[in-house]
Amino acid sequence: MNKPLLKVRDLDVTVRDKKGHEFKIVEGISFDVQPGEVIALIGESGSGKTTISLSCMGYSRPGCYLTNGTVHLGDESVLDKSLPELQKLRGKKITYVAQSAAASFNGAMTIDAQVTEIPVITGTMSKEDALAKAVKLYAALELPNPETIGLRYPHQVSGGQLQRLMAAMAMISYPKLLILDEPTTALDVTTQIEVLYSIKKLIKDNRTAAIYVTHDLSLVAQVADHILVLKDGKQVEYGPTEQIINNPREDYTKSLMAAAHVMPDEIHAPPVAQAEETPLLRVDNVTAGYGPKQDIIALREISLTIGAGETVGIIGESGSGKTTLGRLISGLMNAKEGSVYLDGHQLAQSVAQRSRDDLRQIQFAFQMADVALNPRQKLGKILSRPMRFYLGLSQKEADIEVSRLLERVDLPGEFARRFPPELSGGQRQRVNLARALAAKPKLIICDEITSALDTIVAQQILDLLESLQDELGLSYMFITHDIATVAKITERIAVMRHGRIVQQGPVDEVLTPPCHEYTQLLLNSVPEMRTDWLDEAVVERRKLIAELD
Amino acid sequence: MSPEIIGWRAHIREAISDLTPGVTLCLLFLIFVAVVGLFAPWIAPFDESEILTNESFEPPSSMLWLGSDYLGRDLLSRLIYGVRVTLFLAMIITFLSFTTGVGLGFLAAAYGGRIDTFMSRANDVMLSFPSLMLALIVINSLGSSFVVLVVTIAFIDMTRVFRVSRALAVNIIIMDYVEAAVVRGEGKGWIVWHEVLPNALTPLAAEFGIRFTYAILFISALSFLGLGVQPPQSDLGVMVKENMQALLYGEYTNIYPALGITAIAISMNVFVDWLLQRSSVEISDEI
Repeated sequence: MNKPLLKVRDLDVTVRDKKGHEFKIVEGISFDVQPGEVIALIGESGSGKTTISLSCMGYSRPGCYLTNGTVHLGDESVLDKSLPELQKLRGKKITYVAQSAAASFNGAMTIDAQVTEIPVITGTMSKEDALAKAVKLYAALELPNPETIGLRYPHQVSGGQLQRLMAAMAMISYPKLLILDEPTTALDVTTQIEVLYSIKKLIKDNRTAAIYVTHDLSLVAQVADHILVLKDGKQVEYGPTEQIINNPREDYTKSLMAAAHVMPDEIHAPPVAQAEETPLLRVDNVTAGYGPKQDIIALREISLTIGAGETVGIIGESGSGKTTLGRLISGLMNAKEGSVYLDGHQLAQSVAQRSRDDLRQIQFAFQMADVALNPRQKLGKILSRPMRFYLGLSQKEADIEVSRLLERVDLPGEFARRFPPELSGGQRQRVNLARALAAKPKLIICDEITSALDTIVAQQILDLLESLQDELGLSYMFITHDIATVAKITERIAVMRHGRIVQQGPVDEVLTPPCHEYTQLLLNSVPEMRTDWLDEAVVERRKLIAELD
Repeated sequence: MSPEIIGWRAHIREAISDLTPGVTLCLLFLIFVAVVGLFAPWIAPFDESEILTNESFEPPSSMLWLGSDYLGRDLLSRLIYGVRVTLFLAMIITFLSFTTGVGLGFLAAAYGGRIDTFMSRANDVMLSFPSLMLALIVINSLGSSFVVLVVTIAFIDMTRVFRVSRALAVNIIIMDYVEAAVVRGEGKGWIVWHEVLPNALTPLAAEFGIRFTYAILFISALSFLGLGVQPPQSDLGVMVKENMQALLYGEYTNIYPALGITAIAISMNVFVDWLLQRSSVEISDEI
């Protein structure tokens, strides 16, 4: 076996707070990376995966200190270098691809100027050589028009293309080590595999070593040679990808596997719905748009019904109009044509015109629980307000209800005195749901409520949703881009694209081939837990896209 | 003891542990000035208008600690009463400009659309007048009294507060928690009071400090020009003006009130800076 390119031994990272208290956030991490190999660091948020990857560049975030251990890149000891020496290393021998390419590019410079910036200013390449190399990289990353795409500005290319351009920026100076921090998390599912595929190919072709940071085990199966599973800054399991995926030893790895975004083996057939006289909610031929005259159309001729006690999934990529549909039903937006019926009677268009009881029946659960809860209100106030507003409870009655409600969503009753920033992401999402429940609604519109959460926490929220439904007979409209989640929990789904519903029906029917080309494309983009899936998926994807357009 | 009180105590203890020596000094000075202003009649050794000596600009002595002013009155006593008047006026002005400015700014942000555009442009028109010029014209035509002085400066200050509070509210109103209240069917007033205001409180507190400083400077400037506080009342600005002759005789008589204005303004600014810096740390922790 060759000498490893990157050798990390007994790495400790310590945080020191204002008062001088110390605690380790990363402890005793060791791993090797061979040239041309990819190691995946996988774990929940807060598990230290980004901290470890940054340490490999000799960098620690403010307030963090590298207190122990060694990092060797070839024969060089990274942690013993001075800042000027590190600066020579970074951007050349070690490069970094951040999660959000959109935030990493400067909107005022052309892409070419930014991709070639480092080799040109450090003098390792002439401007012409760097540009020629950039064009080669664009072609290798299978970007459209590699000759001219670099002349555009960042806002003129798509998110997936920008992420690949960022990979080009990282690869231009022939780095020995490439660090990828959740490079596809911010992308749509169907774009994700294309980016993943190009990055994988580039790494193999150049024999670059790479560290791939993510929380999604099913993605990692496609690109990594080794996997290091982390929890609370400590190593849980370390081994070859095949072994971790097919034969995980630790319980934690198993639970990560169980919560991974993969399609369930079998899509449960929904119970045969008895033809109800009046569905709980009926959206009838609605067209709506933005702008002063609603001329930028976001929804076209949408018709949809949701029965009592039913979960309906709305699925589509960003820009498909799925959130707009949710906003329209809840009265935040007016329809241009068509109308919405609740329990058979027509709902007024906007919130201001609806009766308080109509408002109470339909509640909205927002995607980002951290901005959906007022940071300056205690949970007690956040949860008691809907009760007092809709149900007319006194503050005393509401307080009793609040602690009951908190327990119902598996949070301790004394949380009523806490502020939202004192809670974890998963806990906040429970509060977010509890606020919707506090109104005793019939329908909750869940807008991507699990997409910002770690896989294990997301699974817990889904379990909670199901148990609430069994107990209270709630209906859910579940808006998401994640077809695997939808397959697990919904009875019927509607697939949206460009503001239209392209297919809808019982979940097993819609998701079992033969289905609409677009549904097939979405299905095809869900990673499978096997290492050879990616190559097949990319071929299939290109065929489907050609058929769609 | 209720947990809320314990929480508050912890907050205050933490704030005190964050104080730097400079900020502590400024804060102590501000407290000192406030106490002096509040209890002026009990603290001042003499009456502010009592003529004690025939000498103008008498140098400091054991009886008149800071010497006498141009009419032979005790400068220290006049300084103490002057601080009282200046602080009192500044307080009322800032309070008025804040209640109106914040209220209108938040409403403009909450309603948005045409109402917001109309209010903001009208405000821009006010802002385009040089503030001192505007004050001079209004006070000159209406005659100087406490009421005219307070209302005029409060109105000018209000336009500044309006801008700041509207900008703050516009950023808060787009948050999902405000949208959640909108979907619930809450009225504008409830949303502004319960969702927007608590989140704007820290920056507004800092803005209050800055506005307070400007109010002091503005009153002093007007008084110096003879349009502010009228005799026999006096404030720090009046004292700088009426004792200007002292400089010709090599006395420091009017330097003391000038130093007073400067020290209050600087202390307030240092304290506000510290407050803002602390709040921005806290806010980034939350996000």
